[in-house]
Amino acid sequence: MAEHQEFICVTCPMGCAIQAVIEDGELKEIEGEACRRGIDWVRQELSDPRRMLTTTVQVEGGVLPLVPVRSRDALPKDEILPVAALLRHVVLQAPVKEGQIVVADVLSTGVDIIASRDLDANEERGLGHPDV
Amino acid sequence: MGKQGIYPGPSGGEGGYDVAVIGAGPAGLAVACAAREAGAQRVLVIERNTEPGGILPQCIHNGFGLRIFDSDLTGPEYAMRWIARAEALDVEILLDTMVLTMDGAGRLTATNGRQGLIDIEARAIVAGMGCRERPLGALAIPGARPAGVYTAGTAQRLVNMDGYMPGERTVILGSGDIGMIMARRMTLEGAQVVAMVEALPYIGGLRRNLVQCVRDFGIPLYLSTTIVEVRGRERVEAVVIADVDPDAHSGPGGRLPTKAGSERELACDTLLLSVGLIPENELSRMAGVALDPLTGGPLVDERLQTNVPGVFAAGNVLHVYDLVDDVTESALRAGRYAAEYTGPDEAPSSTVAVRAGENVRHVVPQRLHADMAEAHIQFRARTPIEAPTRAIVRIDDQVVATRRLRYARPSEMVTVPLGPEVRPRLADAREVSVHLLSVEEEDTKRG
Repeated sequence: MAEHQEFICVTCPMGCAIQAVIEDGELKEIEGEACRRGIDWVRQELSDPRRMLTTTVQVEGGVLPLVPVRSRDALPKDEILPVAALLRHVVLQAPVKEGQIVVADVLSTGVDIIASRDLDANEERGLGHPDV
Repeated sequence: MGKQGIYPGPSGGEGGYDVAVIGAGPAGLAVACAAREAGAQRVLVIERNTEPGGILPQCIHNGFGLRIFDSDLTGPEYAMRWIARAEALDVEILLDTMVLTMDGAGRLTATNGRQGLIDIEARAIVAGMGCRERPLGALAIPGARPAGVYTAGTAQRLVNMDGYMPGERTVILGSGDIGMIMARRMTLEGAQVVAMVEALPYIGGLRRNLVQCVRDFGIPLYLSTTIVEVRGRERVEAVVIADVDPDAHSGPGGRLPTKAGSERELACDTLLLSVGLIPENELSRMAGVALDPLTGGPLVDERLQTNVPGVFAAGNVLHVYDLVDDVTESALRAGRYAAEYTGPDEAPSSTVAVRAGENVRHVVPQRLHADMAEAHIQFRARTPIEAPTRAIVRIDDQVVATRRLRYARPSEMVTVPLGPEVRPRLADAREVSVHLLSVEEEDTKRG
């Protein structure tokens, strides 16, 4: 049974609306993609939909109470909410370095959660801070 | 972010700066780097926050840098790359310092808690103050003013940097990118997003955000719908939504007309507003910079110079961009032009006005010098065309540049570059005009 389905590619800001014909879970026809990545996107959505996760975790002793984190690669879509819930309970100690692993192989997905900025410890506040 | 505290302040009395930039957001940092690379010796960026990066540190989502760095970065990562680059280029960044005045003659006064009042002189000044969010007061929504109403960007700051959740059951008014990103953000932090409400028949932000921020989480989206009342005394308890009536005249106080009887109540404790951004030009006005009522930003020429000689504008202070990569690209040009500016004695050449033509809401730059080397004409559609569209630049009646687009949407800025080949036509032209026509419509007109 051939089935028509629309996908919006999220790979880049263009957000191509892609019309696909799918038969037995296989991509048969495709139209509307501006580049090759649109085809990859539809294939991925059909077989194993994935999304990037960006959120924050708490930090103790830092210049800010939170540090932003991200999944190093896209996570299975169904794992986004469980991983986000898990990260709400993670607490790091300052200082934090960009790229530092926050949780390795989170929920056995094979994907690491990493910090996405440097965050100094509180005593490292320099001239930039109004209290100095 | 970056090495806080190592930045030297302006060491006044040494003849001033070549280029001074107001604001160390993505625009200001790119301006400063480009100015240094173009040969400016002393470049200063003045930032009122305690760290550079502007809005980027709170924009923890990815999607930044796809074009500039060929990588999918988060806002903080994008900021860190530019801060590192500015440091490597010996850009001076003065943090925690507020610019108080700008005159039209290369002088700024600023203040901070360490130095008191500071006088800064620069040959060229670049405005990089960014934009601010349109608040509830601008919307003429009747009802009480209880706690629990935030602009989306304020909520973003609270959730992503300060560690406060604004509420547990949220309605979002407006479907701009920040609103959609906050819909996802609130959901990931365990709150419920009751609905996203958009007055227009189409979303205000990018479609990729509709997918990955709204649809992925099953958040209801009501198009052609608006909020007609906020209910609650101490705290928001509900909002009343209604269908927009496109055929009726607007109600009292410029309120959107809605269909009688379509009102329904949505229980919630929080209302987030994602209803537009306004370029922040208080300092520009002080210096006598003329503003475009359509963009809210300065009127500029192709070198992004305002009507005040030596004052340039870059990024969202000029007109609100969709993507940080576009901000960076335009700011890199502004930085180069600011570095090249030699002083008020620069021989002025005649200019030609650029007009927003068919289905174009506004355009930047608003004038071109007849002897220009290059220009990047940037504009937005007035209404969406969901079909192949041609962007057309005319000098008087002559088409000088076209760009074929897959569609044209108000939420997505269009850029058409012009090169020196148009110079002969500009010499005695009356006007330049920019148009967006569906390819089909254009063919019909051509007959």
